[in-house]
Amino acid sequence: MELFTNQVLAGIATGAIYACMALAVVMIYQAIDHLNFAQGEMAMFSTFVAWQMMQWGMPYWGAFALTLIFSFVGGIVIERALFKPLAKAPVLTHVAGFIALFAIINSVAGLTWDFTIKQFPSPFGSSPFLGSQLISTHQAGMIGVTLVLLVLLFIFFRYTRVGLAMRAAATLPESARLVGINTSWMIALGWGMAAAIGSIAGMLIAPVVFLEPNMMGGVLIYGFAAAVVGGLSSPLGAVIGGFLVGVFENLVGTYIPGVGNELKLPIALALIITVLVVKPNGLFGRTIVKRV
Amino acid sequence: MTALLHVKDLRAYYGQVQALHGLEFDLQEGSLTTLLGANGAGKTTTLRSICNMIRSTGSIEFEGKKLDNKSTESIVRLGIAHVPQGRGTFTTMTVEENLQLGAISRKDIKAIGDDIERMYAHFPVLKQRHTQQAGTLSGGEQQMLAVARALMLRPRLMLLDEPSFGLAPLIVRDLFKILGKINREDKVSILVVEQNAQLALELADKAYVIETGRIVMSGTADEIANNEDVRKSYLGY
Ligand SMILES: Nc1ncnc2c1ncn2[C@@H]1O[C@H](COP(=O)(O)OP(=O)(O)OP(=O)(O)O)[C@@H](O)[C@H]1O
Ligand SMILES: [Mg+2]
Repeated sequence: MELFTNQVLAGIATGAIYACMALAVVMIYQAIDHLNFAQGEMAMFSTFVAWQMMQWGMPYWGAFALTLIFSFVGGIVIERALFKPLAKAPVLTHVAGFIALFAIINSVAGLTWDFTIKQFPSPFGSSPFLGSQLISTHQAGMIGVTLVLLVLLFIFFRYTRVGLAMRAAATLPESARLVGINTSWMIALGWGMAAAIGSIAGMLIAPVVFLEPNMMGGVLIYGFAAAVVGGLSSPLGAVIGGFLVGVFENLVGTYIPGVGNELKLPIALALIITVLVVKPNGLFGRTIVKRV
Repeated sequence: MTALLHVKDLRAYYGQVQALHGLEFDLQEGSLTTLLGANGAGKTTTLRSICNMIRSTGSIEFEGKKLDNKSTESIVRLGIAHVPQGRGTFTTMTVEENLQLGAISRKDIKAIGDDIERMYAHFPVLKQRHTQQAGTLSGGEQQMLAVARALMLRPRLMLLDEPSFGLAPLIVRDLFKILGKINREDKVSILVVEQNAQLALELADKAYVIETGRIVMSGTADEIANNEDVRKSYLGY
C-alpha cells in the first residue's frame, strides 16, 4: 500500500509538468482550433532566453518576468508573420508550418546555445517537501504555480471582456465579427498567451529535465495526452488530465512488468487514442447542448 | 430626409456565380424598411454585402461614409447590427454572456448593465433564463436573444434576416410588435428581410421587392401591399 501511495504522489509530481504544458496546449487549441506541434520548441526557446538573462547576471524573478513578456510578444509576432498569411489555407498547410517552425526554433537554439545540457535553477529549491522523499519543494512549487495559473485563466475567460471576446471568436468566428470582435487579433492574442504559458512550463520543467534544445520533445506529447484526456476545451480538464497522465504513467511503470522508460511514451500515445475513441470530448470537455 | 444607407450598383459573387446584379436602394433615417423576395432572390446576400461578408462591387454608403473595403467588425462598430440568417447565437454561452457580447465593442462599459436590464424589460423570458446556456432556448427565445444581442450594440441601423423563420405565428406577431416599438422609441432604423410578406408590410413604412438579384419594385409599404403582382406572388390572394 505504501508503495502505491508513494507512486501516486510521485505521479502527481511529474503530472504537474504535463499539466502546465497541457494548459498551454488548451490555450492554443481554443484560439486556433488545432494543436501547435512547435509549442514545446517555443517553450524551450523561451527557457533558453531566461537562462541567458540569468547568465548575464539578472536575478531569477526578473528573468522570469522578462521571459514572460518576451514569449507573449514572440507568440504574437510568430502568428502575425507566419500564420496570419495562412489563415485561409487548409489544415495540412498549417501542420507543415508548425513542423517548419519546430525545425527552425530547434536549430536556432542549437546554434546559439549548443546541444550540451545546462543546469537551470529552481526558485523553490530542491529539498524534500515537508520531509517527504518523493516530492521536492520544486515539484510542490510547480503544482502550486500550475494551480494559480489555472485560477487566473479561469478568471480571465469567465470575468473579463477580452476573455469573453476570445471565447466568442474561438467558438463562432462569424458571429464574433458581427458583434464587432476583431477575430484575427484574438487569434494572435491566443498565440501570445499560449507562448507565455508555455514559457512558464519550460522554466519549471528545465530544472527537472535539464536545459537543452530537445528537452521538450517527450513533455509535449505528454502535454497533448493530458489535454486530450481532460478535453481540449477545458483548462481545468487539462490540469486534471496532466495529473492523471503522470499518475497513470508511474503506476503502469511500477506494476506492469516489462514497462521500462522506453515503453512510457507509447503508453502516452495509447492513452490519447483510447480517450479519443471512448470519449472524444475528453473526460471534462464540454458537451454542447444543442436544440434545433 | 437624408438616406442613412445608400446602396448603388451592388453586385455580389459566390466564387464565379453572381448573386446580385446591380442592386439599388435607400434606407431613410428612422425608417423601418423591408426587403421582400422569394427563396434565392438574394436577400441574405444583400445583407451580407452590407457587412462585407462576401465579395461585392458597387457602392454602399452609411451616414455618407463609404463602407467598401472596411472589415466586417469595423462596419459593425460604426453602428450596424446584423442578426444573421440562422441567428448566430453563441449556443455554448449563457444568455447574459450573449447580451454582453452584443456590447463587446462599446466603450461606455458602465452603461452596459443598464442596457441589459432594458433588454430584460423588452423580453422578460430572457431574464428568467439569463444563466442558462443559450443553446437550450427555444427557437422563438433564441430569436429574441438575437434581436436583444443586436440592440446591445446601441446600433443606428439594425439588419434582420428573416426574423420570423421557424417561429409560430403568435410569436412572430409579438416579435414584430417589439421591433416596431424599438424602431419608434429607441430611434433604431431597421432593414428587415422577410418571406412573410404580409406581416413585414404591416410593420414597415417602406418596401422593396427583390427578384434574382435585382430590385423590381419599390414604394411605401401600403403601395406595395396593394400592388396586384405582389398580392398574387407574395401575399397569396
Ligand atoms: N454559399 C453560396 N455559394 C454559392 N451560391 C450561393 C451561396 N449562397 C447563396 N447562393 C446563391 O445566391 C443566390 C441568392 O441567395 P440568398 O441566400 O441571398 O437568397 P435569399 O433571398 O436569402 O433566400 P432565402 O429566402 O432562401 O434565404 C441564390 O441563387 C443562391 O443559390
Ligand atoms: Mg436568406
